[in-house]
Amino acid sequence: MSNLEDLYREVILDHYRSPRNRGELATPPAIRVEGFNPLCGDEIVVYLMVEDGVLTNIKLTGHGCSISQSSSSLMSAAVKGKTLTQVRDTIIKFKQLMTVHETSLESSPNPEVVDVRTLGELAALQGVVKFPVRIKCATLAWNTLSQALDEVSG
Amino acid sequence: MINDRPITYLDSAASSVPPRAVIEAMSRHYERRHANVHRGVYQTANESTHDYESAREAIARFINAPAGANEIVFTKNTTESINLLAKSWGAANLKAGDVVLVSEMEHHANIVPWFQLREALGIEVRFIPVGDDFRLDLTTIDELLEGVKLVSVTSMSNVLGTVNPIKDLAQIAHRHGALIAVDAAQSVGHSPTDVTELDVDFFAFSAHKMLGPTGLGIFWTRQEILADMPPFLGGGGMITDVSSTGYVPAKGPTRFEAGTPPIAEAAGLGAAVLYLEGLGMDNVHEHEHHLTEDALSRLETEFDGRIRVIGPRDTIARGGVISLDVEGVHAHDVAQVLDQFGVCVRPGHHCAKPLMKRFNLIATARASYGPYSLIQDTDVLLEALTDAVKLFG
Repeated sequence: MSNLEDLYREVILDHYRSPRNRGELATPPAIRVEGFNPLCGDEIVVYLMVEDGVLTNIKLTGHGCSISQSSSSLMSAAVKGKTLTQVRDTIIKFKQLMTVHETSLESSPNPEVVDVRTLGELAALQGVVKFPVRIKCATLAWNTLSQALDEVSG
Repeated sequence: MINDRPITYLDSAASSVPPRAVIEAMSRHYERRHANVHRGVYQTANESTHDYESAREAIARFINAPAGANEIVFTKNTTESINLLAKSWGAANLKAGDVVLVSEMEHHANIVPWFQLREALGIEVRFIPVGDDFRLDLTTIDELLEGVKLVSVTSMSNVLGTVNPIKDLAQIAHRHGALIAVDAAQSVGHSPTDVTELDVDFFAFSAHKMLGPTGLGIFWTRQEILADMPPFLGGGGMITDVSSTGYVPAKGPTRFEAGTPPIAEAAGLGAAVLYLEGLGMDNVHEHEHHLTEDALSRLETEFDGRIRVIGPRDTIARGGVISLDVEGVHAHDVAQVLDQFGVCVRPGHHCAKPLMKRFNLIATARASYGPYSLIQDTDVLLEALTDAVKLFG
């Protein structure tokens, strides 16, 4: 049985109630990318400031459920000040965290199981995989960030 | 059971739960009488045709169609019924500059087909506004009706629960020379329906929202209008004659029923009509009205204003659809907590985005009643809501 406490960890509720890095950045020099979840109407806008290969600042606006909002807040805290290589690495790890349940169900010999200890507070979101319909809420911000990085390198 | 709790089903506005009589009628059809309809001469083919055509008669009786079963067309769902109206009657009778008047509280099913017709023909789509009281604002209805050829409105909002004054609207529309269509998906299974008394021109609804199966919708219009409507889908069953040079469409409702129709579903619908007639639609309405009044009054007093009902407080001309906006809690989170209590509600925009925008909402959590709902369902709902408010408080 999926337990509600697995989903709504204290860290998640904290980031939902007091989201980090809320706001906007002037564009340019920052870049701005929007993400939508048309099924539930969740919206996110990610502002990125990239200087010399480092994500020096990130701001977020938008609205959505506790999972999408806390995930975006946790993401902003995890990637701010990191090199773009580190940011990409974190995105990959997070995506793996969101699919680990699926792969274990299929019992595919996937060696890339994420060590959640390397994820810090982000690990609080691992309970989301037990609620498959909510995974898209958790990944909205990350997909949007990913798209923004493509624009930086493109 | 959901999460070790018995299911508290409060999502009848999305789909109602069929009673055993409906499931048995469909099983009986497949087990003993299944064959394709029409033109078979063997016994089960006749019985299958009988199942299908009796459902048409049952529906005609249930909504009091003036010319009976000849006015009932079976479709896939309410959405297809409205598309049939737009793409057959609309395309043949509307031209650039003509106006179709809908309302701000419509489901996307009664908006998008008209936008499509706007793209195809250059018609105008106009909206009746919704007031702060969650009811249609009819103060400027005479101006809104300028140039209108068709009014197409819902009999009951799937978000607000508001029941619209269809008979009055029909009178006003006719006075302005317009016809009136009704998206009746939310009302037919919950209160008495009489298209003759309402004096409307088109009626669209679904079997699965009136205790019947999915996959079957109903389109009704007056015989004289139906006779002039061009065919919608082409194929077998909808013709009088086909040669290598052309075809002659069938007369009557089968003209719009190309291909093998949902036969077992029709048998299920026939049983659903009998079941609802047995309950008595006045009794169903009274029962759900009582549940709604009780729920609204408890929601008002038990949550210190932290839960807002997006819909009329007055239960006159209001159905058992209760949209909730919980302060500081997204509808998806509300629904997730409710799921832990086995409570089935629906979060989201309910395919009514213009209405959500009107009230500056992203999503609501919607609880809705059916004939089988009990006051105990409301008890569990409120217990679960208390938990949701506490968790995110």
